Amino acid sequence: MKAIFNSAKTMWHIFLHTFHKRETIQYPEERPELPPRWRGRIILSRDPDGEERCVACYLCSVACPVDCIALQATEDSSGRRYPDFFRINFSRCIFCGFCEEACPTYAIQLIPDFEMGELDRNNLVYEKEHLLISGPGKYPGYNFYHVAGLAIGGKDKGQAEGEDPPVDLHDLMP
Amino acid sequence: MSELLAPLVNVVIVLGIMLTVAAFLIWYERRLLGLWQDRYGPNRVGPFGLLQVVADMIKIFFKEDWIPPFADRFVFVLAPMAIMIAVLMSFAVVPLSPDIVVVDSNIGLLFILAMSSMTVYASVLGGWASNNKYALLGGLRSAAQMVSYEVFMGISLMGVVALTGSFRLIDIVEAQSDLWNCVPQFFGLLIFFVAGVAETKRVPFDMPEAEAELVAGYHTEYSGMKFGMFFVGEYLGVTLISALTVTLYFGGWKGPLLPPIVWFFIKTFVVIAVFILLRASLPRPRFDQLMAYGWKVLLPLALLNLLVTGAVVLR
Repeated sequence: MKAIFNSAKTMWHIFLHTFHKRETIQYPEERPELPPRWRGRIILSRDPDGEERCVACYLCSVACPVDCIALQATEDSSGRRYPDFFRINFSRCIFCGFCEEACPTYAIQLIPDFEMGELDRNNLVYEKEHLLISGPGKYPGYNFYHVAGLAIGGKDKGQAEGEDPPVDLHDLMP
Repeated sequence: MSELLAPLVNVVIVLGIMLTVAAFLIWYERRLLGLWQDRYGPNRVGPFGLLQVVADMIKIFFKEDWIPPFADRFVFVLAPMAIMIAVLMSFAVVPLSPDIVVVDSNIGLLFILAMSSMTVYASVLGGWASNNKYALLGGLRSAAQMVSYEVFMGISLMGVVALTGSFRLIDIVEAQSDLWNCVPQFFGLLIFFVAGVAETKRVPFDMPEAEAELVAGYHTEYSGMKFGMFFVGEYLGVTLISALTVTLYFGGWKGPLLPPIVWFFIKTFVVIAVFILLRASLPRPRFDQLMAYGWKVLLPLALLNLLVTGAVVLR
């Protein structure tokens, strides 16, 4: 008896769903609202000066659980490191975001874009020119070389933001 | 000439309408389930997704029609035909309106009971011929379920027959001009409906094809249009039980203003919606619970209903 009553109650509650709002988002016409930290397509950002942020440290490549990132480090005349090529195979990428977490310079970032469908698998391999964007992405104003202690052409030791001039150990005699 | 042609026209009308309705039910069920699960269901192909059925038909016709090498070929092919034939035969005596009825038989109700029992052959033969343990289990279950629910399905209908004094479905509808049978035969209606759900192997009584435990039950090995026949057969069964419920308990084609056939279909689709609501809300019981519920609750209730109805009629 109780079971029958409970069943009827369940049916009534389900029936009331007739008047509920539907959860479905009618995708191509109606866009889902993605939060800014949504992990989608991977990009490479530039610092405020318009230079590549990536210093080709390979940390993203190491962190990647599916080994979809390949790159080759090189150095310009001023001693600044950058990737010679940077290749992400999006047919393997699982959008876990570990590369973004591993990146010491905020260069590699995941953005809220998921519309990357292709008919040919080879088109899913993105080279550096496909990955690089013109702006700083999620971290405006951050410039790795301006805060790092590394000496490169045009910036010597001790000239970074908030950095003291280097101490000469030899004149620290008591 | 016309008296020869009229039944033929009726046959074509009933066949056409019922097959269209059965196909349309796929869309109807998916949309209603969507509605009750706060989503849309198919709404892309054609207006309101109505042409989804056409797309599905095209797809299912082009699928490979595979017969497993270990199956009993003859019976395997026979089974899906059995369900279609049995259900479509029952529609012969269902009056869609005072004029549209193929055979105005004076044992119409008995004929329907006989034919709807025949549908069990489809699942039993299908389960047996597939030579597959899941299919066999599904066939066994459907046999047990049909045998037990058939009993009080018949008994629950006897209340209506006792009130009307006729097995002819047109007489039964005419007898409801003043008061629909759903009022005096309320318990009969409930029991008949539960038995009907079990008879059509619909959720929550879909033990024969319980996909959580038996893969797909008796039609595990079926593919292509043979599977489609089982599917259409199931929907035809739902339509049949709904049409019967309307005819026996809700005054058939009777209703104000609109033409009779429109009333008939409005009522039928409301009853079908209840079928789908059941599917949307209730979980599947255990098989022994199903059996216990049938024999220990519904059978005594049906007998009691018949007893009281008989007492009132004979008073």
